[in-house]
Amino acid sequence: AKKELPERFQSYKNVWVFIEMERGKVHSVSWELLGEGRKLADKLGVELAAVIMGPPGEGITHAINDSWAYGADLAYVIADPLLTDYRNQTFTKGLNDLVNTHQPEILLLGASTLGRDLAGSLATTLKTGLTADCTELAIDDDRCLAATRPTFGGTLLCTIYTLNFRPQMATVRPRVMAMPERTEGRSGRVIEFPLNMAEENIITKVLDFLPDVTSDKVNLAYADVVVAGGLGLGSPANFKLVTDLAEVLGADYGGSRPTIQKGWLPADRQIGQTGKTIRPKLYIAAGISGAIQHRVGVEGADMILAINADPNATIFEFAHYGIVGDALQILPALTAAFRERLGKLRMAS
Amino acid sequence: MHIVVCIKQVPDSAQIRVHPVTNTIMRQGVPTIINPYDLFALEEALRLRDKLGGKVTVLTMGPPMADESLRKALGFGADAAVLLTDRFFAGSDTLATSFALSTAIAKLHAQEPVSVVFTGKQTIDGDTAQVGPGIAQRLGLNQLTYVSAIRSVDAENRSIVVERRAEGGVQVLKTGLPCLITMLEGTNTIRRGSMDDMFRAARASLTVWNAKDAGVEDMAMCGLKGSPTVVKKVFAPQPRKEKAVQVATEGKSPAEIAQATLETLFAANPKLEGDLLKLSAAS
Ligand SMILES: Cc1cc2nc3c(=O)[nH]c(=O)nc-3n(C[C@H](O)[C@H](O)[C@H](O)COP(=O)(O)OP(=O)(O)OC[C@H]3O[C@@H](n4cnc5c(N)ncnc54)[C@H](O)[C@@H]3O)c2cc1C
Ligand SMILES: Cc1cc2nc3c(=O)[nH]c(=O)nc-3n(C[C@H](O)[C@H](O)[C@H](O)COP(=O)(O)OP(=O)(O)OC[C@H]3O[C@@H](n4cnc5c(N)ncnc54)[C@H](O)[C@@H]3O)c2cc1C
Repeated sequence: AKKELPERFQSYKNVWVFIEMERGKVHSVSWELLGEGRKLADKLGVELAAVIMGPPGEGITHAINDSWAYGADLAYVIADPLLTDYRNQTFTKGLNDLVNTHQPEILLLGASTLGRDLAGSLATTLKTGLTADCTELAIDDDRCLAATRPTFGGTLLCTIYTLNFRPQMATVRPRVMAMPERTEGRSGRVIEFPLNMAEENIITKVLDFLPDVTSDKVNLAYADVVVAGGLGLGSPANFKLVTDLAEVLGADYGGSRPTIQKGWLPADRQIGQTGKTIRPKLYIAAGISGAIQHRVGVEGADMILAINADPNATIFEFAHYGIVGDALQILPALTAAFRERLGKLRMAS
Repeated sequence: MHIVVCIKQVPDSAQIRVHPVTNTIMRQGVPTIINPYDLFALEEALRLRDKLGGKVTVLTMGPPMADESLRKALGFGADAAVLLTDRFFAGSDTLATSFALSTAIAKLHAQEPVSVVFTGKQTIDGDTAQVGPGIAQRLGLNQLTYVSAIRSVDAENRSIVVERRAEGGVQVLKTGLPCLITMLEGTNTIRRGSMDDMFRAARASLTVWNAKDAGVEDMAMCGLKGSPTVVKKVFAPQPRKEKAVQVATEGKSPAEIAQATLETLFAANPKLEGDLLKLSAAS
């Protein structure tokens, strides 16, 4: 039987995406979510809103313009110098007030450190349901959000509903959803909203921000080509075969979880369920068996090439192309072949 | 200083098996462990206590057999342990879990004021990272998630300075006590409990509270009733229909195999060659 939403929730309308902006830059996961939010809003026949919070200035102007390009119909903007750095108290207060005033039926946030910090406290102040790390979002026949997420380390999926509460909240990890195409020339309505806070009432102070030295180097999640190795490589020294190929291709590199656990690679290079989700144009996996926890992190790749000594390895069940053979021999041969081919092309152009 | 550490007893996920036909989790015989992420929280709490004096209370909500994990925590050196157990708690989502835990923490606080509540970053089963922020909001504690280091605690002025992992860098935050910290993994190593602690743990009598003991007044806030999220279905991921196209390898040298692979990839995606050229030139 179809369940009627309690009357007090029937005024909740529209799909919102929280646009995560730190230090003036929007996290790409927000655009990925606008792409997904657009589909949900169209299915529901409602508007898609971008929620932008930050200090007044260029950052906000850019974020608004980009929101139009990625599909938003309206933008709620809370511009206040107190929002220069992310702090839980200020962002929870601002977003909580905004939700209670303008009442979305769905609110999506990125499952980044910022998004998880904020979503967890906001769902508590709003007393509503929050589904974490979704891999699929859909609208069912009752106009409810069906949020699907991996469970038990990725071995199964489950679909979770927030039936009698609004908004329905969900977080999604970076790169799980595809980046939408930009449409230039679109625009929408801006609705400003006040924060109404004073610095002396905010208990947490940001003393410093220490940017990562390597943050521009390890950007695995957004790399166009990724080469990865698994336990099948046999030793940390053999990872040189992976990095050599990556270098020739201008690719980034990573590994399966055991290679991180053994200390062959640093933690930020782990690919899979509990590491990074990647969506490259080409993914080359060498000596990786293809466990489900690995698979869920790489399935978004346009093309997967697997190299494995075992013709029955699970990875051949979802890779597009396979080479049955010894990775220690195939990898250097691929490196040489790509180097020669790309060298020739470069000469010709 | 009174410190509360929330720990969850979880199935050892490395040993979970899924029934091939019914798609249900086969829990029987799966050993349980303290959620590995919570050990970083526990160790950090023990270090704070060792430095500043005071007491560490570990708290878990779960079935009666979760006392096993509490005893393990006492063995590592925690001073007191509370088990929250009641059939009213069954089926809790994160909102209901944080309600139950925060109610119990409020009671502990009334007995002996709490300065810091620790949780792990996330669990390995539910894996939501939502319970920590939920507790902080409900109790009005200053929320510090993904903490990688505690720089200093000023017990007199009731303040704390921590490093927090943020996107693209580390935030150095100062806030007031009481606060809630979710501890990042890899930040410390859990100590080996002393002989004394082990003996004490084996004999210790744990505090066991049901919902009423913990101070819950409205049972509708607990368990399934108090959970806005509803799990509608559980299913296995779809296998891909086609398997990988294999590059022929029989009787071929690695160089020949590599050459054939390039031809196959470039034929399948003619744009790839140009993309690679651009990428390799840029790096
Ligand atoms: C909760 C949980 C979370 C997890 N998260 C992740 C995650 O995020 N990412 C992840 O990757 N895993 C994760 N795992 C682990 C996962 O289940 C697998 O154990 C892991 O992916 C296996 O790594 P592997 O393929 O490198 O090693 P193995 O499974 O040991 O596979 C090695 C492969 O190499 C092949 N091989 C051996 N020698 C050669 C050779 N000379 N040339 C070519 N091939 C060779 C073998 O045939 C084999 O297929 C998780 C597990 C759990 C329980
Ligand atoms: C497969 C699966 C998927 C789920 N998905 C969702 C979902 O999307 N949304 C949702 O609201 N609920 C979900 N749940 C329910 C959720 O797992 C439970 O509410 C659980 O009690 C707490 O959530 P967690 O395991 O995600 O903890 P997390 O929020 O990841 O835990 C963070 C920290 O809180 C502390 N903590 C957590 N639980 C306890 C406890 N029982 N006792 C003491 N300390 C604790 C620990 O220190 C832990 O490190 C899911 C459950 C399962 C099994």
